[in-house]
Amino acid sequence: MGKTLFDKVWDSHVVDTIENGPQILYIDKHLIHEVTSPQAFNELRERNIPILRPDKVVATADHNTPTKNQHLPIKDALSRNQLRQLSENCEVNNITLYGLGHKYNGIVHVMAPELGITQPGMTIVCGDSHTSTHGAFGTIAFGIGTSQVAQVFASQCLLLKKPKSLRVSVNGKLKKGVLPKDVILYIISQIGTNAGTGYFCEYAGDVFENMSMEGRMTVCNMSIEMGARGGMIAPDQTTFDYVSGREFAPKGQELEDKIAHWKTLPSDADAVFDKEYHFDAADIEPMVTYGTNPGMGIKISGHIPKDNSDSFKKSLKYMGFSEGESLINKPINYVFIGSCTNSRIEDFRVVAEYIKGKQKASNVNALIVPGSQQVAQQIQEEGLSTIFENSGFELRQPGCSACLAMNDDKIPQGEYCVSTSNRNFEGRQGQGARTILASPLVAAATAIEGKIIDITKHLN
Amino acid sequence: MEAFKTLTSRAIPLPVENIDTDQIIPARFLKATDKKGFGDNLFRDWRYEKNGSENDSFILNSSKFRGSILVAGDNFGCGSSREHAAWALADYGFKVIISSFFADIFKGNALNNGMLPIQVSSGFLLSLINHIENNPTAELTINLEDQTLNTPVGTVDFDIDPYKKLCLINGYDDIDFLISKKDKIEAFENSLQ
Ligand code: SF4
Repeated sequence: MGKTLFDKVWDSHVVDTIENGPQILYIDKHLIHEVTSPQAFNELRERNIPILRPDKVVATADHNTPTKNQHLPIKDALSRNQLRQLSENCEVNNITLYGLGHKYNGIVHVMAPELGITQPGMTIVCGDSHTSTHGAFGTIAFGIGTSQVAQVFASQCLLLKKPKSLRVSVNGKLKKGVLPKDVILYIISQIGTNAGTGYFCEYAGDVFENMSMEGRMTVCNMSIEMGARGGMIAPDQTTFDYVSGREFAPKGQELEDKIAHWKTLPSDADAVFDKEYHFDAADIEPMVTYGTNPGMGIKISGHIPKDNSDSFKKSLKYMGFSEGESLINKPINYVFIGSCTNSRIEDFRVVAEYIKGKQKASNVNALIVPGSQQVAQQIQEEGLSTIFENSGFELRQPGCSACLAMNDDKIPQGEYCVSTSNRNFEGRQGQGARTILASPLVAAATAIEGKIIDITKHLN
Repeated sequence: MEAFKTLTSRAIPLPVENIDTDQIIPARFLKATDKKGFGDNLFRDWRYEKNGSENDSFILNSSKFRGSILVAGDNFGCGSSREHAAWALADYGFKVIISSFFADIFKGNALNNGMLPIQVSSGFLLSLINHIENNPTAELTINLEDQTLNTPVGTVDFDIDPYKKLCLINGYDDIDFLISKKDKIEAFENSLQ
């Protein structure tokens, strides 16, 4: 029987298998940030254990950083302390840190791929569930808890049980205005938020083959929202072209050898998956969520379904929506375009193209937060910043920002926010905030109109 | 890590599905750099009103219900990988969480902190929650060695990874184990060159 992409990468990283137990998996790259690492550093220090391979760890500050005046000392004492500890921990342990203000600083899942740190066939972990993003490169990448961060520090390995395999295939041609974000929101709305639990997912089919690396990252990013530990897409020429020439990517002969190896990674034709789903691209339309988990999504032109469960009712109550309702024409006061799901240059090009020459509605606060310093610079170089400014959008400095609202970028109580991030949980964007997940295009259109519109009608 | 063998305790029912880690501990409380004190903000936005006063209708604020076992709705611990959720539950005093389904990362985080997640059928969960709601003083007993959960509505077996069971019973963790494999890890690294 053939092997899947996942099998090939996993099996080549198994150090040892414990009888009746987990396997020891070797980790090629360990990404860390300020929020989930301090307790792991403490743990090692208290137990007098050194970090085994500091050269395989890369750190950034992103979750808890301000998006304004990054050159000034951070006002909040706790946040300041968290960043200071990250710097100290990295310094003492010889770990590369792209801290606040560094030209490579950014959201961990944006900065590592754009620097060529993320490469096909690797195993990558980070104390952040959206590590699944890196799977876009044909990488096994997944989020871990802080105890596991400490394990990787101590041993460059993790004890894990091999997950089951799941494949989601989408074939056909996507309609106009349907973005990678819509594809993944659609998949999750169809299969639910725990269809992937216990599985590692591979996305296959020509929709993903034809997608840019940015789009593939958007898709893989949200794998965790269907319960899967991670998602992967087979590496191909698009992947090789993206990786080639990046700062930390292999070069010359080494690159050629690597590419030859990467070409062997895609799933064999006779590989069997434990579970499969198939979708037709023609069925996908721009999506919005109406509830408090990412599976509660509908076509933008659709209506909120009926469901008698208590959790469904609780969710609609929180959102202030009712069954059977359409979201079209809902007034919206906040728009957030950012997060590791949609803060790459391609996302901002989509936004700029749509809003160019238009003005945002006066009721809307429209926040644009690039995923990294490099993206921020590209925004300037391509003149997108002028477009944002002229249209009344507020361009901030890079970071996680209103995706999880740990810093000052919060959505006020009871307000709706059309957001390009990945989670619409209660209070995720601030206490009592109501999140509607959507693509950058839908977010841009909402900001211009001050309400949700049926974007499909506008494009035709 | 503290060893876990048996536990007899009353339980607190929380029949809400899809309780994500943002509810267990909201992001704004993740700024601490050690593991202690998160229990104060466990379920913060459900437990307290905006003005900081206790929300009387939330179960943790009811004097009727006590105990170190939480019985929660389906798909407990989904969302963010933050281990702070496990620390908050443990810090508050929970030693066992019972649900009909746990999110992957949360399950691992709980076990890594000496807290036992027990998965039961949804039918059993429903009758257990019903019983506790009507009999708040009911006690449950967990025996990890035998992998049994004994309750007034019946006794059930539960699954646990044999390796994780060993860790919990002995109170040792993955770090100890992985460090003991250092030679194998180095041999593997050398084979990569
Ligand atoms: S942008 Fe949001 S989802 Fe992504 S790493 Fe930051 S907090 Fe996590």
